Amino acid sequence: MGSAVHDNIKIAIRDVTKLYSNNSHSLIALDAINLEIMDGEFFCLLGPSGCGKSTLLNIMAGFEKPTDGKVLIEGGEIAAPNPRYVTVFQDYGIFPWRTVQENVEFGLEIKGIEVNERKKIAEVFIKMVGLVGFEMRHPIELSGGMKQRVSLARALAVNPEIIFMDEPFGAVDALTRMKLQEELVKIWREENKTIVFVTHDIDEAIYLGDRIAVMSSMPGRIKSLLDVPMNRPRLRTENDFLRIKEKIYLEFFEYADKK
Amino acid sequence: MGKHVREKASKKMWKSFKKVILLLVFLLIWELLPAFGIINKTFFAPPSEVFVALVRLLISGELWIHTSISLKRAFTGFSIAAITMIPLGFLMGWYNDFEEIADGLVQTLRQTSSLSLFPVFILFLGIGEISKIAVIFWGAQWPILLNTISGVRSVDPLLIKSARSMGSSAVSLFGKVVLPSSLPSIITGVRLSATHSIIVLVAAEMIGAKSGLGYSVINWEYNFMIPEMYAAIVTLAVLGLITNYALVWLEKTTTKWKEDVMIT
Ligand SMILES: Nc1ncnc2c1ncn2[C@@H]1O[C@H](COP(=O)(O)OP(=O)(O)OP(=O)(O)O)[C@@H](O)[C@H]1O
Ligand SMILES: [Mg+2]
Repeated sequence: MGSAVHDNIKIAIRDVTKLYSNNSHSLIALDAINLEIMDGEFFCLLGPSGCGKSTLLNIMAGFEKPTDGKVLIEGGEIAAPNPRYVTVFQDYGIFPWRTVQENVEFGLEIKGIEVNERKKIAEVFIKMVGLVGFEMRHPIELSGGMKQRVSLARALAVNPEIIFMDEPFGAVDALTRMKLQEELVKIWREENKTIVFVTHDIDEAIYLGDRIAVMSSMPGRIKSLLDVPMNRPRLRTENDFLRIKEKIYLEFFEYADKK
Repeated sequence: MGKHVREKASKKMWKSFKKVILLLVFLLIWELLPAFGIINKTFFAPPSEVFVALVRLLISGELWIHTSISLKRAFTGFSIAAITMIPLGFLMGWYNDFEEIADGLVQTLRQTSSLSLFPVFILFLGIGEISKIAVIFWGAQWPILLNTISGVRSVDPLLIKSARSMGSSAVSLFGKVVLPSSLPSIITGVRLSATHSIIVLVAAEMIGAKSGLGYSVINWEYNFMIPEMYAAIVTLAVLGLITNYALVWLEKTTTKWKEDVMIT
């Protein structure tokens, strides 16, 4: 269990339904989702492509409105994106015309923090994600893994309470991904953030999550909610890990059988 | 590594050397053809004579007078185009409704060639400076407008989403995302407009002016001052080259982040 999990609810998802309709037909992307995510929790949303993970995350982050139901963060309904909750995207979303340093400072500029202070803060997070020496580089000169680090540092720099992550490591190779996962857990434990992490990689969910919500598609639903009662740092080869992995596999095959 | 760099440098030098040689060969042939009577010297003044004419025109100040008049016309028309069309392009690129309404009109007007409108401008604005500036403006506005629109259109939605995620207001979204992201496209538009301005300028001055380089080319031809005519043509070519190179340089320096910086 993550050491920092508190008992208070940070995010409450109440009967969230999302319909996408065009003139010919409508699609139930999310069907009455109910979830509670705790303060300081590392929460994973796991499911096959198209099950509505991104849709749910976008609703939580305020980028989209649910057709029905609501999302409460600390009891308040969210209407628009809020800098207290930052999103990290799969395709990085870092600004190609800015250097690494300038990218990390972006949110601080928006906040109106003064230049020297900005530099100091950026330095801390550039160091945290292991990009010292690359401050003056432009994104075009970086590898995918490095770009994702920039994106992470930029998100951390604004000191958000919640970080929403949508398959952030989907575009990097398996070895780099494991390294990034390891670093993310380390940072999460140091910084005490609530993280909602979307993935379709079972190993990734088990390695990272305090809890995992397994989703099914058509319509998008929470199929089951699993605890990951393992100490950190976790080993991908230990018995508990494999046991949970098997359990999730079974969920998917069961689901496939029914279809 | 060091060896590699040196090889590259010497390759580059060899390349510019070849360029210079080619230019010299071209000048030599130009010089020799009329000298051997292969081409009529009266129509095809050799570079030596053109050079003499050029120096004479420079000393008398005549060339500078025409050049400055031309530059002023081109620059005024071009500047008005840039000042009005960049903001308009932002509006049309950002607000879909606005573009939908304006698009039909823009496409129609764009297809109307600037020079075919010159008589109309003269009718309305007279034969003076304003009609010439207007026709240059007309020609110069399109590349800027269309490139600004497409620049704004092609801003990556993910970047906008990221910026919004960090609490960007509409103003900072514009200043910190839309503007820098569309800048390369805008500068390309500016470069095309600038070279286009010179083309329209020359044509307009040939048709209806009593001064300027375009007028000088025609005028010196009428008066059979062939070396002078070539001197004016050479001046125009040099102006075009300088404009283009300056703007290519600007394009390169402002869009470094788009290229592979490691290679250079
Ligand atoms: N803007 C939209 N308009 C119409 N349908 C949409 C829209 N966005 C998503 N959908 C549909 O909603 C469903 C869920 O999409 P979503 O992007 O949330 O899936 P996902 O679980 O994130 O998948 P992936 O793992 O591939 O990213 C899909 O069937 C998708 O086609
Ligand atoms: Mg998705």
